[in-house]
Amino acid sequence: MKPILEMKGIDKSFNGIPVLQKIDFSLGEGQVVALVGGNGAGKSTLMKILTGVYARDSGRILLNGKSVNFSSYADANRYGLRMIFQELSLVPTLAVYENIFLNNEIRKGFTLDKNKMIAQTNELLESLGMRFSPNVITAGLDVGYQQMTEIAKALSAKAKILVLDEPTASLSDSEVKVLFETIRNLKTQGVSMVYISHRMNEILEISDQVTILKDGKVVADESAKNLTVADMVSHMLGGSAEKRFAWTPRKNPPTTEDMLVVQELKINGLDTPISFNVKKGEVVGIAGLMGSGRTEILETLFGIRQYTAGKIAVDGEEVKIKNVSDAVNAGIALVPEDRRTQGLVLTHTVKHNAILPVLNRIKSWVMIDEKRADAIVNEKVSELNVKTDSIHKTISLLSGGNQQKVVLGKWLSSEPKILLLDEPTAGIDIGAKGEITDIIRNFADTGNSVIMVSSELVEMMAVCDRIIILCDGKITGEYTRENIADITEEVLQNAIQG
Amino acid sequence: MQFKVNSFTDFKKRLFSHNIIVYIALVIIFAFFALTLGSTFVSVNNILNITRQTAMISIMAVAMTFVISAGLIDLSIGSTAAMSAMMVSVILRETNSIALALAGGIAVGVVVGLANGLLITKAKIPAFLTTLGMMGIVRGFAMWITNTAAVPILNPNFNFIFGTGNIAGIPVLLYWTVVFGAVGYFMLNKIPFGKHVLATGGNETAARFSGVNTDRIKIAVMVLSGAFAAFAGILYAGRMQAGRFTFGEGDELSVIAAVIIGGTSMAGGTGAIIGAITGSFLMGIINNGLILAGFTVSQQMIIRGAIIILAVAIGSRYSHFKSNKSAESRKAN
Ligand SMILES: Nc1ncnc2c1ncn2[C@@H]1O[C@H](COP(=O)(O)OP(=O)(O)OP(=O)(O)O)[C@@H](O)[C@H]1O
Ligand SMILES: [Mg+2]
Repeated sequence: MKPILEMKGIDKSFNGIPVLQKIDFSLGEGQVVALVGGNGAGKSTLMKILTGVYARDSGRILLNGKSVNFSSYADANRYGLRMIFQELSLVPTLAVYENIFLNNEIRKGFTLDKNKMIAQTNELLESLGMRFSPNVITAGLDVGYQQMTEIAKALSAKAKILVLDEPTASLSDSEVKVLFETIRNLKTQGVSMVYISHRMNEILEISDQVTILKDGKVVADESAKNLTVADMVSHMLGGSAEKRFAWTPRKNPPTTEDMLVVQELKINGLDTPISFNVKKGEVVGIAGLMGSGRTEILETLFGIRQYTAGKIAVDGEEVKIKNVSDAVNAGIALVPEDRRTQGLVLTHTVKHNAILPVLNRIKSWVMIDEKRADAIVNEKVSELNVKTDSIHKTISLLSGGNQQKVVLGKWLSSEPKILLLDEPTAGIDIGAKGEITDIIRNFADTGNSVIMVSSELVEMMAVCDRIIILCDGKITGEYTRENIADITEEVLQNAIQG
Repeated sequence: MQFKVNSFTDFKKRLFSHNIIVYIALVIIFAFFALTLGSTFVSVNNILNITRQTAMISIMAVAMTFVISAGLIDLSIGSTAAMSAMMVSVILRETNSIALALAGGIAVGVVVGLANGLLITKAKIPAFLTTLGMMGIVRGFAMWITNTAAVPILNPNFNFIFGTGNIAGIPVLLYWTVVFGAVGYFMLNKIPFGKHVLATGGNETAARFSGVNTDRIKIAVMVLSGAFAAFAGILYAGRMQAGRFTFGEGDELSVIAAVIIGGTSMAGGTGAIIGAITGSFLMGIINNGLILAGFTVSQQMIIRGAIIILAVAIGSRYSHFKSNKSAESRKAN
């Protein structure tokens, strides 16, 4: 196949540190090439160079055989290139339809044709299997919906080359399915796509060709037909260190003592009152589709959302959780779904983000003990394998997955009694996912409790002692450890679809 | 990842992380006035005079650094200084007790700051509007308390300690500046409170989720600002040996300019105490130099405004570099 796009000998370094070295990459017409690699391998950087967001240090880009130089993303747009950004490019204060048509507005004479834009947005969302109002303000949407909006925005532009940088990081399987149908559709229309993901099965399912990056170099470039998940993982991580998640028995099994009891909790936004409990030392998963109420439950327990009736008891004592401070005082911590708006202070360093929740506990006299702070941060950085040149690097300059690792490390070191995890491994590479699974379980081994929400069911099946099924805001079932061992992912998938 | 940091980029990074623009500007402008004005400007006497004139701005700028880095603003500081000076002079007239006068003056600042803080966090009124309103209210009280009459202060000890005195040849006002600067530096950089302030300004949601009581932090910052402004008012009273309702008029803008020139971002999340004090001195030097050069008041205003815009423009180019909106990365090609 004649390539529509070629990148040759691309080099890029930031502040003297090489991030990409002599990268060759090509894309055929109507082809889907997967770009695979660990966190910080340079995938997003390479694609930002392609779409004019970053300038390369050296190398050439050929579009239809002709050398091109994009001076900006807008410039690349004119040549038919579009990108779905990992860090989402939506303006939070605008409505969904306004975001989708930003800088691409439909006009009627001199004025905006709002009705037409809304109608087209509806169509786009429907084709993605989504039903939410184009008029809602983007900031109020859960990350999954925002991701869908970002996808719709890129699709609305009718690009010839589309880069999808981890579009599914917070989507669950059924949503991914719809997206894949869309991708196959676009393929038949001759659209070429680059697909970045850390979900190995997805990659083999959707792509024709797989290019694997490791530490800024191409280590493999093969047809997807000739690859297995194990091959890819060993290329990514080097050697044959295959890390797959599978359940292993807990060192200290859950106790019979209640850590959290939720009784007939009436949550704003859900119709049915919710009841469940979590034992000390137990890891409980809440499985459900986007919009099933899983995020609402976590947000209520953390005081972000209000409940109108019902009871919450922590460690045998009833607590009233009216705001976040109440939750924190009760020993509850939340690893939020959206790392950029809720998890991190993007303008601060890795270190200052990581120690924020524990500052009051690392004082010597009244001063912050900087040595101890550094020690804590360094420990987390190596434990979670965060790739950064220094703990004093501004966190927004880390790769997406590495930012997520800091988010997770930050709350683990705050030593709560109950840890709520909302998509804790979104965007994290397969090597680190194994580590994180261990870390979550070690945390529970010391008698703490975890409630976890993840759109990756395999992951939940590997980590959780018990999985609660949530469907349309109702708890419709529960699998205990004994049952989980007997069921497959499909069974669970069917269960959450009701 | 390889560690191949070349020493120049490393140096450049350090330069930027300390926001050195304000220091460079200070040196250039100082040198400029020294060369053009000669010994009338570079005399020990004149330099000490500048430190006297800028002490109040410096002290308020220390607190304003907290306010701005918490993502807030305080326009009521000039009025608070005036009200505090009136309170102090009236209490001294009635009781002649320095302790009571100090307590009364600082109490004014704490009350105003607390009111600001509660309105911002509980009534959810934006800081700009809250303190804009408060600016008028407090100035009004300062006028009302004596029907706009000035109140002379006849207590020589008070005037010495808080205004006119020199110890070992150095003005007391400079000592006060150093003390407040040191306290501010310590609070912002060495204790958890400072980091909580920066996190609140950098991303309030993330800070709240991390267990920081952001409302309490905001109230504390506004109280700090009020109290420091009140102390600046005490120094005005000591220096002028009187209380006048006009003290501190327009100071809020000089203070905000000094803080921003000093390297604190208007967007919140960063703060530079020493930069803010240096920014205050820079403003003081400019004022002093322009007066000595014989410019009219109107000319002074124009030149001062232009210098502020220029300094902030250079400074913000540089903070763009820091947040690296790919300015750095697009030098190729
Ligand atoms: N603007 C920047 N300034 C400095 N370093 C940067 C910048 N952008 C990226 N980097 C560094 O370049 C490396 C590659 O980042 P990149 O975002 O391309 O990784 P990635 O492969 O997309 O990873 P992930 O899977 O986590 O998204 C990282 O180590 C990151 O810290
Ligand atoms: Mg990336």
